[in-house]
Amino acid sequence: MARTVGFFTDTTLCIGCKACEVACKEWNQLPGHAPQFGDGYDNTSQLDEQNWRHVQFHERTTAKGGVAWNMMSDVCKHCALASCMEVCPTNAIIRTEFDTVYIQPSVCNGCRDCIAACPYHVIGFDEASGLARKCTFCYDRLQANLTPACAKACPTESIKFGDLDTMREVAGARLNQLRGQGMSEARLYGDKEYGGLHALFLLTDKPEIYGLPPTESAVLPSRNNVRGYLGTLVTAALGVAGAVFAFRERGGKE
Amino acid sequence: MVEHFVTPPQWEWYIVWYFFLGGIAGGVYALGAILRLLGDDRDAPVARLAFLLSLPVLAVCPILLTLDLGRPLRFWHMMIDSRTFGLNFKYWSPMSVGVWVLLIFCVFAFVSFLEALASLRGSRAPFLAGGLGRVFVIVGAVFGLFLAGYTGILLSVSNQPIWSDTWALGALLLASGLSVAAATLSLVTRLGRHEQSAEAKLTRADRYFTILELVLLVVFFLSLGAVGSRFLAPRWMALWVVVLIGTLVPLALHFSTERRVPAMFAAVLTLVGGLALRIVVVFGAQM
Repeated sequence: MARTVGFFTDTTLCIGCKACEVACKEWNQLPGHAPQFGDGYDNTSQLDEQNWRHVQFHERTTAKGGVAWNMMSDVCKHCALASCMEVCPTNAIIRTEFDTVYIQPSVCNGCRDCIAACPYHVIGFDEASGLARKCTFCYDRLQANLTPACAKACPTESIKFGDLDTMREVAGARLNQLRGQGMSEARLYGDKEYGGLHALFLLTDKPEIYGLPPTESAVLPSRNNVRGYLGTLVTAALGVAGAVFAFRERGGKE
Repeated sequence: MVEHFVTPPQWEWYIVWYFFLGGIAGGVYALGAILRLLGDDRDAPVARLAFLLSLPVLAVCPILLTLDLGRPLRFWHMMIDSRTFGLNFKYWSPMSVGVWVLLIFCVFAFVSFLEALASLRGSRAPFLAGGLGRVFVIVGAVFGLFLAGYTGILLSVSNQPIWSDTWALGALLLASGLSVAAATLSLVTRLGRHEQSAEAKLTRADRYFTILELVLLVVFFLSLGAVGSRFLAPRWMALWVVVLIGTLVPLALHFSTERRVPAMFAAVLTLVGGLALRIVVVFGAQM
């Protein structure tokens, strides 16, 4: 049943339990990496080929001088204008009937162009399979009319799942509610970036803090095509002119 | 400046060598074509040598690219849609364009190689004689130049910091490709017994290419702005010094002498500098 789906992650409700990470790994049969412990509770570090959900922990100083965490369950944004899909030379990356972005394992040849293109450091290269891998939005569960594993497991409903339009409405209402309560720093991310993301986030700090490019930086790789080719064309013309001049030049020590 | 959070694609030594050898193969073919079109009879052996060199160097390139894939046996997915079996071509994806250019250029390099071989035996393939032959090598040279330069555009058309923060990478790698191609041809020419006239012409051409490369190095850093400070780490600085030695010393030698040994030394330095440039550009942005 085709529909346009989306996530809405409300970071103010995230308690950092990582149930989403565990559910994702269980359902998608991802063994994960060996845990890495730093000075916080984050032991998965980043999104990659094994971590399709990643709960971030960001320490911040509160107005009263205390320390608090900003936590966010990060995931592939399934951008409407997807950088990975734009550069993929094999057309392995497709848009599904649910309007999500999916890497077809049977088509991908592991060129890794998509990894250099994704501005959200979502995609990782899986050495074992030789493929680029990322969140599938639980494509198999969607086909069975089931909720993605992460949203299903989230105990606080920080991760919400539904039709994208509904998610936008829910996100907008929650933003108004928080601002009405005096949380002026609350902001919505994902409404405008890359044509609209299929994973919306309600943040309480600047997007960069969470590893999200600011809105003005949400630009596609193809922006560099024209100027790159033009610069190269001019250089080719100068190079050929130089060669012609050198090869026609007379005199000297010939 | 755009701010992105990108995972490095782990493009490493296969890609560095592909960029280097692709620059030589494409550049050497273009120089051979120009020498053939504009040179005199004394230049014919060097033009022929260029066509004899281009194909063997080029032949390594698809092997390197295939080995770099996570699934090498699926290399054909680059050209053919594995679901519909139609052709895969995305003009806005430099990797897709590059694969086709590499394939087409292989045809030109192969035919010119055969023609050069035939020429060595005193005959000339009839279809490459006259106007058609001239058109053929001109078109081949266009593909060769594209191969030498598109690699920089491939890096730029991403969201990887440094690569995507500049428009000058394609231009820089093309200028460097022409320079290392002239150095390669000059080196091989001087190892054999060819006319000094052609050697002098190659040296003069390399002089222009090196100046162009130096200008583009400045443009590259200016276009990067503050992002370029990532290259100030000691290991990258050491490689940039090698790049500068590989451009400035040959340039000085080109202006001061055309004697055989210094000219060969200059060519070797140019090759080392060209390789160092690709190493620092490819690895420097990913670490």
